[in-house]
Formats: sequence, structure tokens, C-alpha cells
Amino acid sequence: MATDTNAAEPVGMPQLDFATFPNQIFWLVVTLVVIYFVLSRIALPRIAAVLAERQGTISNDITAAEELKLKAQEAERAYEKALADARAEAQRIVAETKAEIKADLAAATARADAEISARAAEAEKQIAEIRENAMESVTIVARATAGELVAALGFQADEAAVTAAVDAKVKG
Amino acid sequence: MASDQATGGLQIHPMDQFIVKPLFGGDAIHWYTPTNVTLWMALAVVCVVLLLVIGTRGRALVPSRVQSIAELAYGFVYKMVEDVAGKDGVKYFPYIMTLFIFIVFANFLGLIPMAFTTTSHIAVTATMALAVFFFVTILGIVKHGFGFLSLFWISAAPLALRPILALIEVISYFVRPVSHSIRLAGNMMAGHAVIKVFAGFAGVLGVGAVFPLAAITAVYALEVLVSFIQAYVFAILTCVYLRDALHPHH
Repeated sequence: MATDTNAAEPVGMPQLDFATFPNQIFWLVVTLVVIYFVLSRIALPRIAAVLAERQGTISNDITAAEELKLKAQEAERAYEKALADARAEAQRIVAETKAEIKADLAAATARADAEISARAAEAEKQIAEIRENAMESVTIVARATAGELVAALGFQADEAAVTAAVDAKVKG
Repeated sequence: MASDQATGGLQIHPMDQFIVKPLFGGDAIHWYTPTNVTLWMALAVVCVVLLLVIGTRGRALVPSRVQSIAELAYGFVYKMVEDVAGKDGVKYFPYIMTLFIFIVFANFLGLIPMAFTTTSHIAVTATMALAVFFFVTILGIVKHGFGFLSLFWISAAPLALRPILALIEVISYFVRPVSHSIRLAGNMMAGHAVIKVFAGFAGVLGVGAVFPLAAITAVYALEVLVSFIQAYVFAILTCVYLRDALHPHH
């Protein structure tokens, strides 16, 4: 183990050249102190701040996204409610209209029925009149015919008897 | 060197790359002499500043590539400290980050051809390991006083075994800085020396140099992995020791 300060001289292992130890240790300490101050004063707080800021931004964005999602759900609910309302309104209108039409129809039907029955009654009355007239005419014709027939047979016809006989026959 | 020349054509000096030399000529290495150690440690500082200060200059919400790497490094070490040392270990995160980032850059800079690997020197790694050792030991004693000794008294074990276990625990506790430092320096030194040995073969084999070159490529790839893993191991062991100091009760 060389203890001389000449590093160019061959030694078993340069690692075991104790003469260089103070030099290495001194520069190591300087290096570590410099790195420590660079890290603790500048680098690490900065990186920590960046990471925290990013975390904050991400969680803010997530919160905003959740809010927007809630709003969208609310809007969807409002839309569905409006749709349901409109549907109910339409059904109500349909039912109302149907009822109105039914009422109109019923009224019209009733009126038509009334008219029909009125006309039928009138027609029946006329038919009865006509039948009566016809019966009278038949009686007159039958009386005349019976009188003529009796005369044709050479008998003097008693007008009252003929009339009675014809009336009885027509009634019968 | 004279002995090396005597051996003939095959001249391999795998350890020469680890020699500490003054930067500006001269032979004397005083404690303050700027050496290649100074240069490569300064380069590590420059890299740290480039990555963690210049790289994060934008403070962008959507990070640039360099800022992403800086944030990844931050998150990686932060999570390691939090997971291993616990919530109250987070206070010491800047110290562990300092060690980790320095070792990572020193290891990777050492992989540049002709570079000097500062972490391959036991003086460097032992200084860091001893600093960690004294730091956690003093921290444990300050935090828990006499109770810190319960670290060595395993209450889960049968009573008869406890003194023996305590002896083993004490020995392993004091061996910690040794393994902690030699692991890193040994890994760095061995890998670089192996590459240098293969490179020496390549120099004398002519066309056959293809094989050592392939070996160098493979070892280099492995060394890239080892560079990161050793920095990680150093940092995570520091966290483990820190946890022992903060929570000595098993």
C-alpha cells in the first residue's frame, strides 16, 4: 500500500491509496453539500409545488366534470319531465276532444231520432187519413154499385136498405 | 509500471482508470487539490442541476420530457422513503434524495469511456455509508434514548435465544456501514475493471477482437443496469436504517 502522494506510482489498488482519501472525502463533502442545497432550496420545493399544482388541477377538473355531469342529469330529468307533461297534456286533450265529439254525436243522434219519429208520426197520420178516405170512397162506390145492381135486376131499390146492407158488409 | 512492461505485449492496466490525479499537473495531492475526483463530482453536480433545476424551469402543468424525468426521480425516491422509512421518515427525504441522485449520476458518468468513476472509490462510499450510519444511530438515540437498544433485543424470539440474537444483531449493526459502502464501490470497480480487461484483450487480438468487443457490449449493458440498481440499493438501505432508527421496536 503506497502511502506516497504520487498517484502515478503503481499501487495495488488506487482505492487503497490512503494518501488520496482526504482529497476525495473533501470533494465528496463539498459535492454533497452543494447538491443538498440545490435540492432542498430549489429543486425539491419546485417539483413538489408542480406536483401539488397538478394534483390540484386534476381534482378541480374532476370536480368540475362531476358538477357538469350532475347538471346534465338534471337537464335530462327536466327534459323527461317536460316530455311526460306534454304527453299527459296531449292525452288530456285527446280525452276531452273525444268526450266532446261523443257528446255532439249523442246530441245529433237524439235530434235525428226525434225528427225521424216526428216524420214517422206524420206519415202514419197521413196513411190513416188516406185509408179513411179510401174506405169512404169504397163505401160510396159500393152503395152506388149495389143500387145500380138492384136496379139492373129490376127491383126498386130502397136507398136506406141498400146503404145499411153495404155498410154492414163493408164493416164486416 | 516497470513490472508491467516486463511482461511483454499484453499491457492491461485495468486499475489505472481509478487513479486519482491532480487536474492541473503536479504530483502532490493535498486535501484541497483539484483532482479528477473534483472534475467528475462537479460534472455530477452539473447534471443534477441540469435535470432537477434547469429541467423543471418551466414548472409546466403538462411536463416536458426532462421535467417528467425529474418528477419521476422525485416520485421514485419520495415513495421509497415513504414506503420503507414510514411517514415520519419523509422529513429526511432531501438527504436520501441527495445521496441517491449523486450516486446515480456518479455511476452513469463513470460509464462514459475515459471517465473517472468517483463511486468506485471506497473512500467516497465509506464516507457516505459512515455518514448514514452515524446519522441514523444518533437519530435513534436522540429519539428513543435507551429504548433504541430494543432494536437489538428481539422480543418475538424465545427468551433463551435473545442474548445470542442480541449479539448477532449488534455485530450486524456495526457491519452495516462496511457492507453498505463496499457493495457500491465493489460493484462499480469490478464492472469497470472487467470492461478494461476485455478492452486490453481487444487491443492484441486483431480480427479476433470481435469477441472481447461483444463481451464489452454485454458487460456494458449489465453495468448500466448495475449503476442504477446500486444507487437504488444504497438509497433503500439508507431508508431501512432510517426506519430502524425511527421505529426500533420490532
